[in-house]
Amino acid sequence: MIKTTALFSAAVVLASLQLVSAGEITGTVTLKGTPPKEKEITPLKEDANCGKLHTEMPTTHFYVVGPQGELADVVVSVQGISGKSTGASAPAVTLDQKGCEYTPQILAVQTDQKIEIKNSDPVLHNVHDLPTVAGNQEQNMAQMPGGPQLTFSFSKPEEFLKFKCDVHPWMFAWVSVFDHPCFAVSGKDGTFKITNVPAGKYTLRAAHRKAGVATQEIEVKDGEPAKVNFAVEAK
Amino acid sequence: MALKHIENETRLQLETVLPVHFFSRRLPLGRPSILVNRTSSMRPELSSPSSSPWLHWFAVLTAVATLVLLGAGGLVTSHGVGMAVPDWPNTYGYNMFFFPVSRWVGGIFYEHSHRLLASGVGLMTAVLALWLYGKSSQPFLRWTGLVLLGAAAATWLAAPRHWRDGVVLAVVGAFAFGASWLWPGFEPSPKWLRRLGLAAFIAVVLQGVLGGLRVVLFKDQLGIFHATLAQLFFALTCALALFTSRWWQRGRNPESEIRISSLPLRRLRFLFAGATLLILCQLVLGATMRHQHAGLAIADFPLAYGKLWPAMDPQSVAHYNQHRVEVVDVNPITAFQVGLQMVHRLAALLILGMVGCCAWSARRHFGRATVSSRLAAVWLGVLLLQALLGAATIWTNKAADVATAHVLIGALALALGTVLSLVSCREVAAVAGFESVSDPSGIGPSPVRSGGEGSPLPAGWKPSATTHPAPATGLD
Repeated sequence: MIKTTALFSAAVVLASLQLVSAGEITGTVTLKGTPPKEKEITPLKEDANCGKLHTEMPTTHFYVVGPQGELADVVVSVQGISGKSTGASAPAVTLDQKGCEYTPQILAVQTDQKIEIKNSDPVLHNVHDLPTVAGNQEQNMAQMPGGPQLTFSFSKPEEFLKFKCDVHPWMFAWVSVFDHPCFAVSGKDGTFKITNVPAGKYTLRAAHRKAGVATQEIEVKDGEPAKVNFAVEAK
Repeated sequence: MALKHIENETRLQLETVLPVHFFSRRLPLGRPSILVNRTSSMRPELSSPSSSPWLHWFAVLTAVATLVLLGAGGLVTSHGVGMAVPDWPNTYGYNMFFFPVSRWVGGIFYEHSHRLLASGVGLMTAVLALWLYGKSSQPFLRWTGLVLLGAAAATWLAAPRHWRDGVVLAVVGAFAFGASWLWPGFEPSPKWLRRLGLAAFIAVVLQGVLGGLRVVLFKDQLGIFHATLAQLFFALTCALALFTSRWWQRGRNPESEIRISSLPLRRLRFLFAGATLLILCQLVLGATMRHQHAGLAIADFPLAYGKLWPAMDPQSVAHYNQHRVEVVDVNPITAFQVGLQMVHRLAALLILGMVGCCAWSARRHFGRATVSSRLAAVWLGVLLLQALLGAATIWTNKAADVATAHVLIGALALALGTVLSLVSCREVAAVAGFESVSDPSGIGPSPVRSGGEGSPLPAGWKPSATTHPAPATGLD
């Protein structure tokens, strides 16, 4: 009894020590310059089935920029960490097909983490991933309206792995796959937060699919949140 | 004065020149005058299928159907829906002929229609090939029909779930079996023509397999071969239509025409063939560009990113990608793709120059009214249209219908070049100076045009005799 209690206490202490020794990185990504104008997705509106799902003309959203230049959909990741994936036990991430568009358009997951593809539309879609890294499997599967979810996972790290629907060729999503859990995707307010980063010096990388990449050196200390702001320029 | 006819393999004794207009259209003055004689209009005997007008028109129909199929395939790529049907040869698990029309939505409509049209063209090509084999096709048709009917019965018994597959087998088997009883008893066509028909059939089957493998193996690169073979197949069907035409067959009468050798004609055939080959290379370039699925690598014309030659360094390419907003083709562009489009533009200029040269040479040497001159003029017109469509493809940001029209006219340009090259090779073969004893191919001399009215032969023109020229096309 005493032995069990001692062991349990030791485990709790060890876990707490890990939490205490991990850091947190927060920050904001902003866009400098004027991004190109988004285009109307005319084929979507003209589609007999998909057009009915939109009251207004849908547009592309490659640059989701806030009033103060806050840039969404930027994948921020810590460089120099690898082989630390907890994806197999991590909760699944959902990628939905709604209004004949993928939502969200930019995702980030760990290797072997499940991506559940949902079809919330009343039309058939086919879900086709196009990996470029050897070891990640290309698949092309039909998904009926209201049909069961399709599950994908990838075993190799890859940046901006493309998903598309070949029935509706304007539908795209991009998934970045990491072999560690230290990444985040900036929200509509441009902010991001990466937790449980082991203490140390790293390079932080912010990648936007169109605007490009920015990097910064950062030092993460135990218990101290590190703040990093990125400014990506549309030249 | 009467013209003396010369028997086969004898030297022509030129005695006089008759007014050309008795035998041909009015020709401009000043052109070299060539002796023309046509004894009688000999109708080709209906002893072989290659002399049947029905065969010719069926070959034309097959070529037209192939062009429509090319357009359907072009629409698939232009809309970016090549993978809209993830399985093959079935369609979403259905036998493709039983896929419900209500499910032909979005990209499925284009891809599925393309597959159905391809089946139709495959069937037409099979019929054409069998037709060329004449009565020797009958046992083949009969046995094939029986085998397919047996396969249908076996499918229904062994796998009732796949009864639709059985229905397709039964329909094709019944058609083949029934056709074997009604098949006309023609003698087979010349060997080279039969082989060409067989080659067309093999090509169309290969096309189908390539298209299917591109889907099931996720090999986008196969799309480039699929597109190129499609163009070549179309040229082949046009060649078959030409070879089965009465115009081509007419030259079999050894007493019909007397030819004059012409050095410019010999040179012209190389020019035609060279320009056609260049067009083929251009089509391969175009197919490579289209299957990058990166949209327009250069978004302006006639300049390229505002310059005569665009910057292709990594920073510039990154800048291009930053500012590109694409709806369908969202792959980022690369320096290679930018370079590819520039080469495509330059090749277009070169082709226009070469074909312009062909048209001018043909008109200069043979006058306006010859088949070669007229076809060459049409060829130039087609290529000017193609250049305009290429520019329009860029100006409309690769609108699917414009881009597909560009593909179709490109195919037409290749086919025209092929036909012109064949016509000119044939005319060279019919010209004096070729040593040929026999004409196993059945390719005989064809009517001669050009010449001024009553004008003597210009200096340096030698009359010579040939009535059984060697096969110039090398198809045996």
